[in-house]
Amino acid sequence: MTWEPVIGLEVHVHLKTRTKMFCRCRVGFGAEPNTQTCPVCLAFPGALPVVNRTAVEWTIKLGLALGCDIAEHAVFSRKNYFYFDNPKGYQISQYDLPFCISGKVILPTAEGDRVIGIVRAHLEEDAAKTVHVGGRTGRIRGAEHSIVDFNRGGTPLVEIVTAPDIRSAEEAKRFLQLLRQTIVELGISDAEMEKGTLRVDANVSVREVGSSELRTRTELKNMNSFTFVARGIDAEIARQIAVWESGAEVRQETYDFDATTGALTPHRAKEEADDYRYFPEPDLVPIEPPADLVERLRSELPEQPAARIRRLESELDLERATVLVTGGLDRLWGDAVAAGAEKIAAANVIANTIVGAGLDPAAVSAQELARLVDARERLPRAAFDEAISKLADPGFSAEPYLAQEAVSDESELEPIVARVLEASPGQVDAYRSGKEGLLGFFVGQVLKETGGKANPRVVSELIRERLDS
Amino acid sequence: MAITREEVLHAARLAWLALTDEEIDRLTPELDKILDAVGIVAELDLSDVQPTSHPLDLVNVWDDDVPRDSLSREDVLANAPALERGLFKVPTWRQ
Amino acid sequence: MAPVVDTLRLTAVEARGLLERGEISAAELHSAYLDAIDERDGELHCFLSTVERAEGDGVPIALKDVISTKGVETTAGSKILSGYVPVFDSTVAARCKSTGLPLLGKTNLDEFAMGSSTENSAFGPTRNPWDPTRVPGGSGGGSAAAVTAGLAPWALGSDTGGSIKQPSALCGNVGLRPTYGTVSRYGVVAFASSLDQIGPVTKSVRDAALLYSIIAGRDPLDSTTAELPEPVRLPEGESLKGVRIGMPTELNEAEGIEPGVAEAVANALALAEELGAEVGECSLPRSVRYGMPCYYLIAPAEASSNLARYDGVRYGLRAQGESYQKMVERTRDMGFGDEPKRRIMLGTYALSAGYYDAFYGQAQKVRTLISEEHREALEQFDVLVSPTSPTVAFPIGERIADPLAMYLSDLLTIPSCLAGLPGLSIPCGLSEGLPVGLQLIGPQFSENVLFRVGHALEQALEFDTVPTRWRT
Repeated sequence: MTWEPVIGLEVHVHLKTRTKMFCRCRVGFGAEPNTQTCPVCLAFPGALPVVNRTAVEWTIKLGLALGCDIAEHAVFSRKNYFYFDNPKGYQISQYDLPFCISGKVILPTAEGDRVIGIVRAHLEEDAAKTVHVGGRTGRIRGAEHSIVDFNRGGTPLVEIVTAPDIRSAEEAKRFLQLLRQTIVELGISDAEMEKGTLRVDANVSVREVGSSELRTRTELKNMNSFTFVARGIDAEIARQIAVWESGAEVRQETYDFDATTGALTPHRAKEEADDYRYFPEPDLVPIEPPADLVERLRSELPEQPAARIRRLESELDLERATVLVTGGLDRLWGDAVAAGAEKIAAANVIANTIVGAGLDPAAVSAQELARLVDARERLPRAAFDEAISKLADPGFSAEPYLAQEAVSDESELEPIVARVLEASPGQVDAYRSGKEGLLGFFVGQVLKETGGKANPRVVSELIRERLDS
Repeated sequence: MAITREEVLHAARLAWLALTDEEIDRLTPELDKILDAVGIVAELDLSDVQPTSHPLDLVNVWDDDVPRDSLSREDVLANAPALERGLFKVPTWRQ
Repeated sequence: MAPVVDTLRLTAVEARGLLERGEISAAELHSAYLDAIDERDGELHCFLSTVERAEGDGVPIALKDVISTKGVETTAGSKILSGYVPVFDSTVAARCKSTGLPLLGKTNLDEFAMGSSTENSAFGPTRNPWDPTRVPGGSGGGSAAAVTAGLAPWALGSDTGGSIKQPSALCGNVGLRPTYGTVSRYGVVAFASSLDQIGPVTKSVRDAALLYSIIAGRDPLDSTTAELPEPVRLPEGESLKGVRIGMPTELNEAEGIEPGVAEAVANALALAEELGAEVGECSLPRSVRYGMPCYYLIAPAEASSNLARYDGVRYGLRAQGESYQKMVERTRDMGFGDEPKRRIMLGTYALSAGYYDAFYGQAQKVRTLISEEHREALEQFDVLVSPTSPTVAFPIGERIADPLAMYLSDLLTIPSCLAGLPGLSIPCGLSEGLPVGLQLIGPQFSENVLFRVGHALEQALEFDTVPTRWRT
């Protein structure tokens, strides 16, 4: 029996508007608890919501970027349930008439385009923040009491729901990377999982390859990086397959995935599923996005990432193109190439160094970058790295760095190589018995000894000459 | 019966109302009678009728994304039944 | 020595005149009402709290205790909000304040504005000034009784299904339920969001128009408000020439209308004809029969959601609980009285999975029907008229044990509320010595017409708003 995963994702995006979704308290992190609140987001008696217009526009823009139809008549609805972080006892969200429906995201792959359907994208408010005090892990289990900070409550959130079109954990990860880049390019969110401005829940089920049935699915929550999402999905797929193959049935449950242990822990079993009793929010009137607004937002959209990947693919390869586009680096690459850098070399340098150095691609001088790419073989590593790190500085010039030359004089380098190899007999043996990756280790040691000034290529050759003989 | 004791209990659970047995005994027949009376809306065939959510035909009422001053923390916490370090303190969740 | 003020008779417009002419100071006027409260409120229990100092140089006003007042306790008539002191003003309170109207005090009401007799107040009932063994109506019995008893020159109430108009009818004064969306609900403890409106309770139609002009108009803090299409006009004329008055059969011949009530209304309409009005019949075929069922599905549904915030976390009563859920459940059980509990349960049920379509969903459609019927009737007539309440004030305790019987008190006010239409109740006579109210219903934004017709009728009727037992 061969199994096929069926995966759908629910992605929550924190919009970086200045104010909350239904009141004009400031949104932002780091304030003292309960100092960015008002009667509305505290749910004082008599308080009423007022829609944040920018949040609506950004939601429409996101929907357009995802290829969605924009509703002509959108309605906010109340989702009724009790929880610490939900002061009204209901969340204002959207139910049957969301802003965006029926879109798609295209994932370019080596085998062609994979189309991931977007069922809907809607706008809602985020919950407040609860801290559970007294337990061992700071989580709810074992806590003595809880304390609530309402600063975050009311922040605008867009919820994107995909169709169950994703077929592997790896694909989920690539989808998320592309989605994130799309969102960031719109300027509506920083969309960082580690900071909580992007949250992902996965719905996972499995079925026999070739079948079109949808078996019971489970929900995975609380994963805070794309890598952990993929790992969690893989773990859950394996668990489900084992369940079916043992003759049992997968039960509909919600799991937390612990990335460090790989454990899937079910949430407390609910006695009964929540009945949210959705009904149209009587305190808010419907939104009918004017056609000229929608058209203006459509005209402001950047080119779709999928299209850009395909374009770059013809000049590089799919993998490099994907890395550049999903990293928001393709424009810089294009500029660097136009300034004379060799295509593949530029791609490698940009992909490997710009993000790692924490640089904003938009601030990097493509001209200077091109010069560095050109010279990277002959520059001392330390000089090269330092130059890269300053690329975004205003008025940066690569000139002073280009003057430096890495030490390529073999007679200078030989003794150092010999010293390094003598000092690491264990690694030398390991290398000789097949661990060729240790070459990098030896090169690194020589670079260290030379303060980064040795030419890595020459060093590499010298080491190989000695060890391979 | 328009509503049973179980249904009353279920509604109470959804509404987080810890009704006593005495209350349920008293309220169930009252609710039953009321539901009987209001249930007559089912007599009408309104399949072609649009529901009314708002009496006025307003659309697109919204605010620009411009901050207004929040309440002072003192005001926020003024009526709080229990506090800890500026946060609202509550018993925690338990099974 | 301060001038003697006959608070039983003084209208707000007259009081304003006194102040403007310097015949009395705002502080003295305020004191006069506090004195009256000392004298007569022990018996009536209109006020839950009073304010000693007059802050403002205008005519003092009493506010129903669902209206948030900064720094002054606001209970909504419920134990769950006992001791709750808002840190912000509702928009209507703020507008009164900025006009210079000093707050006199907060008036008693049925808990969370749910009721028709003020017997559901957690703090004891209010008594009808005409006959203290009887109810003043509800949910805003406190405001209505206060105005009639000369304990406040005017007041604000809130109306969801008749909570301003019906008490005004039972207490013999003027109550306006404005067009939905013309008065801000921001800061008013919510009962049913698509039905609640705040409006004036006064001795005269002119007073009502004046107070309405102070509170009405779009509020950026309430997304369901709209700007008034024309300014409020204080009524002056006495002729009703050219006014077409319609009498919906289903409202005027509804079961349960006492003969004395029907007679008083008929007399008033005869008078209207003498003043030049054309009176005719019309029909609202399904609005009365299905009005109450529709209302008692929609209002409790919205209320069940609006009352979910009362959980003991951020304000109000908090019960003991070893867990969050237990604490909240007990707080709500202890804090809410029977009527809110009934309505929360009803509303929760009507919205719940499997029942939504048949109950709430269906009621929303009935509402469309009712709006349509009213719109059609108002194409042929300028105003529709009927008794406000089927009966005069009933004895305290008579209906409290039978929720459905209590709900029937609003039979005649409910349909136009569902349509979002404004309604003005004016006293039109007595039956068995107790006041009878007549309601004028107009299309949306027709308050000026209601004021004009109401004022002309009021002048002709010459109803004495002072209870018989207090007339010298």
